[in-house]
This record gives sequence, C-alpha cells and structure tokens, in this order.
Amino acid sequence: MTSSGRVWKFGDDVNTDLIIPGRYLSRYDEAHLAEHAMEGLSESFAKEVVQGDIIVAGRNFGCGSSREQAVMALKRAGVAAIVARSYARIFYRNSINLGLHVFESDDAYDAFPDGARVSLDPIGHALTSLDGAKTAQLKEIPHHARKILDSGGLVPHLKGRFGEK
Amino acid sequence: MTGRTVAEKIIGRAAGTSEVRAGEVVEAYPDLLMSHENTYLVSKAFRELGVKKLYDPDRIAIVLDHRTPANTVETATAHSHIRKLVHDSGIKRFYDVGEGICHQILVEEHLAKPGQLVVGTDSHTSTAGAVGAFATGIGATEMAGIWATGFLWLKVPETIRIHMRGHLEKAVFPKDISLHLAAKMGPSRAEYKCIEFDGIFLFDVSISGRMVLCNMATELGAKAAIAPADSTFSTWSPEHCGQMGHTCKSDPDARYCESMELEVERIPPMVSGPDKVEAARPAEKFEGIRIDQAFIGTCTNGRLEDLIAASWVLKGNKVAPGVRLLVAPASRDVLSTAMDMGVIQTIVAAGGTILPPGCGPCLGAHGGVLGSGEVCISSGNRNFKGRMGSPDSEIYIASPATVAASAIVGKVTDPRGWLTVDL
Repeated sequence: MTSSGRVWKFGDDVNTDLIIPGRYLSRYDEAHLAEHAMEGLSESFAKEVVQGDIIVAGRNFGCGSSREQAVMALKRAGVAAIVARSYARIFYRNSINLGLHVFESDDAYDAFPDGARVSLDPIGHALTSLDGAKTAQLKEIPHHARKILDSGGLVPHLKGRFGEK
Repeated sequence: MTGRTVAEKIIGRAAGTSEVRAGEVVEAYPDLLMSHENTYLVSKAFRELGVKKLYDPDRIAIVLDHRTPANTVETATAHSHIRKLVHDSGIKRFYDVGEGICHQILVEEHLAKPGQLVVGTDSHTSTAGAVGAFATGIGATEMAGIWATGFLWLKVPETIRIHMRGHLEKAVFPKDISLHLAAKMGPSRAEYKCIEFDGIFLFDVSISGRMVLCNMATELGAKAAIAPADSTFSTWSPEHCGQMGHTCKSDPDARYCESMELEVERIPPMVSGPDKVEAARPAEKFEGIRIDQAFIGTCTNGRLEDLIAASWVLKGNKVAPGVRLLVAPASRDVLSTAMDMGVIQTIVAAGGTILPPGCGPCLGAHGGVLGSGEVCISSGNRNFKGRMGSPDSEIYIASPATVAASAIVGKVTDPRGWLTVDL
C-alpha cells in the first residue's frame, strides 16, 4: 500500500476553478482533464506529475464547485494522495467516492517543501521523507469513509453491499 | 437535554430518528435529488452500479442550465443522453434548456419545501435553504448512489447562528450583506457547518433575498444555510405553509457552535475581487477600476428583484461605450414577468444584451467568456481566477445595482448616486 513520489505543494483555499476550470468541462474525457490539471496554479504540474506523486496543501483544499472532474483530473494525472490541513467538504466526499486518498494533517505542510521526495504509508498514517529525516502524522480517515475508500470508491463499495444482500 | 437546531431536526427526520445531534454520522434519505448537466456523470456512475431501477424517480429533479443552449457537440450529445434517460426512467420533473437555473427552479416550482432534506450536484444547492430546507451540495457519483439506494451518509453539522438587526440603507441589498460576511468570515470559517439566519431583519428579506444569503453561504465554506420558514414564507407560498411542521425551526434552547450579531444598517454597497470572494470592501474603494463587461444574472442575483433594481439604475441611461452589459434572467418565469413589467425593455434600451435563462457566462463555458486582460463586474457568486475565461482576466462581484451603475460609467461604481428611490 505504501507509495512514494514527489511533493507538489500548494497553499490555502485552492479552488476547483484552479484545479480544473469550467472551460474544460464540456468534454467528458479524463485524459483531457488531466492535461489541464492545476493549470490555474502551475504551468509544470500537468506536464511533470507522475504516478505516485503527492499533493501537500493548506486549508480548505478543493473549495468552490461540486465538479467531480476536479478529483478525476488529479487522479488521472497520477496523484496518489492529497495531504492538506483541511478540505472543502464536497471535494473531500468526491475524493472518497472516487477512491482518491485524502488525509488531513496539521504538520505535513510545514514539514515538506515543494519537490521533496516522500513515501506515504496510508495504514500507518505517516508521510515520511525518503531519507527518513522527516515524518508528518496524518489524521485517521473517519470509519464510514474508510470503508468506501478501502473498496476503491463508492461504486465498488455499493456493489459490494448489494452483493451481501 | 438541550433543544435541537433546525439542521439536527431535518437530518434526524430524514434518517428516521428524532434524536440525532451535531457530530453524529447518519444514513439519511433525502426528499429531493437535484442534478443539472452533470446528470450525464450521474447516469454513467449509476450504470456502473448495475442497478436496474431508480430508488424513487419522483424525488428526482433534473434541470439543464449550465451550458444552455448547448455550446459544443459534446454538450449537445450529453443533453440528448439526459433527455433519453428522463424519458426512459419515468422522471417527471425535468426542466429543459431555457427553463432556468436549477436553484431558481427548485424554489420557484415549489419543489423544495420547508423541513426537507435536499441534495444537489451543485455547490450552490444551499440556495434552497431560503425556504427552510436543509439543502447541500454533493458530487455526481454520490448522487448515483442515492438514485440506487435512496440514502447517503451525512455528518450532522454544528450550526453558526447569524442574528441580524436593523434595516438596509438605500442601494444596499442582501448581496452586500453576503460580501460583508465574506470579508469578515473568510472562505472556510463555516467549513462543515450549517449557517442559520435569524433576527428581526429577516422579516424585511423576501424569499429572493434569502436565496442570495443562503447561496453565498457556500462561499463561507458552509455545508448548508437556512432561513427558517416564517410568515414571509407563508405569505409567499400559502399553499405550502400547511406542511411546515415542528422541524422547520430551531428550539429556543438549541445549541449553536457560534452566534454572531450583525447590524445591517452599517453595511454599505460592497464589491469583491479579484480572485477571492473574501477580498470584499466597500464599493467606493474600488471606484475607477475600468471594466469591459458587466454581467447580471446567476443563481445568486438573476431574479426579478435583481432585474428591477438594475433597470431602475439603467432607466434613461446608456451603457458606456466599449462596455458589454449581459443580462441572463434566472428563469423563463423571471424573463416573462420582467417583460410584462417593462424591465427587459429598459435594459435593452440602455444597451444591454439579454441572454437565455440559465447560468450564462458565470462558469466560463460560453455566452460571454472573458479574453486576456479583460475585466468583468458580475452579480455572480465567484470571482476565482480564470473562472469566466482567460486566466489573465479579472472578475469583481457585486449587487445587480452596483453592476448596472458600473456598466453606465464604464468603471466600478458605488450605486448610491444612481439609485435614490426605495425599491
């Protein structure tokens, strides 16, 4: 379950228009969304992000629209997890429902600079620099959300529940 | 045991238990499920679930408003797909291109009612709190889950009470109160929380004005916002006031996480921007900023009251050379009534362009997107960078009266010199 990658660091109140602007939402194509992910904040993100990279951010990540494409764009671009001080609630729910790991952490933001190489242990709730010098604690994901995430998202979770009946 | 907030009562009822409290997680069955163009994504996730039947098609309302009439072939194809789905699944509450904005339709058509739990695949679903519903935004996949099962998990929120007193001065509107609150509270103070508006001032505020306050609460981070149904509601909707039960008001001894006092008399016309809603200050501080486009419309401020306020400012005046004034009524009904009253004629005579009822250029997909370096003043709810088009454009938000005054002058303008009558 442990994954490692580069830290992409963003500040407070990263809104959904910065993550994926409305002008790209007329096309229902995840690869197209990923090509424009974070375009409002970073010219290099969409070009350089690779599978396993981690976004570290401040407060209220994902505020604004309910557009699920914001999560789709980041997930498709390769983002393995987001570690933020807090989330806007719709973005948080969308991430859980689409199977993207979203952790809250009070200390990750100050611990890691942009570009740091880190490994994420989602079970042990820790984000650690690859040289082992720094570790940030991640808060536990609430139980009901954890169950959905462990199934890979809401669709597989509900299919599992239907199967039990 | 202390009393309960209206949020605790409504969610408790929808979860089949009367005793839920803030902080608890429940499985709740919403009364009304709204989605717009993203119904396309909802239906895609619903198909993946492999469920044949909707839990209850009568709870579903679908409104096409975001990219209407279709802006691209992809959108047109998605619209067709949604029409077929509506037909095949027996969904009766369907509002096609041109009927209006989803949040306007929910209230105008009395689909949202006091005491209901309403969910919608749009962040401004909180607007329906104006009629005493607990209304909150969710994503498309979550909606697919509710289509299939009838329920979703919800954490019962704590409530911030905003107690309002006084009367608004001339040329000051509920939008100015919302921008004042944005400056005071920032974008996340109400994160995960419900905002409840009350106080003697609320009697002054129409359902339309309450929609503005509840709509803009999303920009404070709120999960929902409620103006509990009162005599203003029963006057506006006598046929639905019979359904107002005990769930519609907080108990006098309900527990709030925070109580704020707000003296509205001190609030001047406000403007916010660019890039952040909390960057709001008195309009006079922004005076002189040149604009290219002025937009009146949206789920925040595209209603009859808004168009009337704008027309009183515009009457006998002309939009400044080089400025485009775009007006998108929030619904067909708003457009029709505004025509009957001569409001549309006044706007057109002043040089305004009328767009079809719907979201218009607010989300930057069509109908007046901004070019590089352009500046827009809008009556919408968000001024995020790049939202209405080019990442190099700027958006300021304000009340429709302020937008109209700015259109005439060609620069951001305090409307107090232009609107001297009481509306």
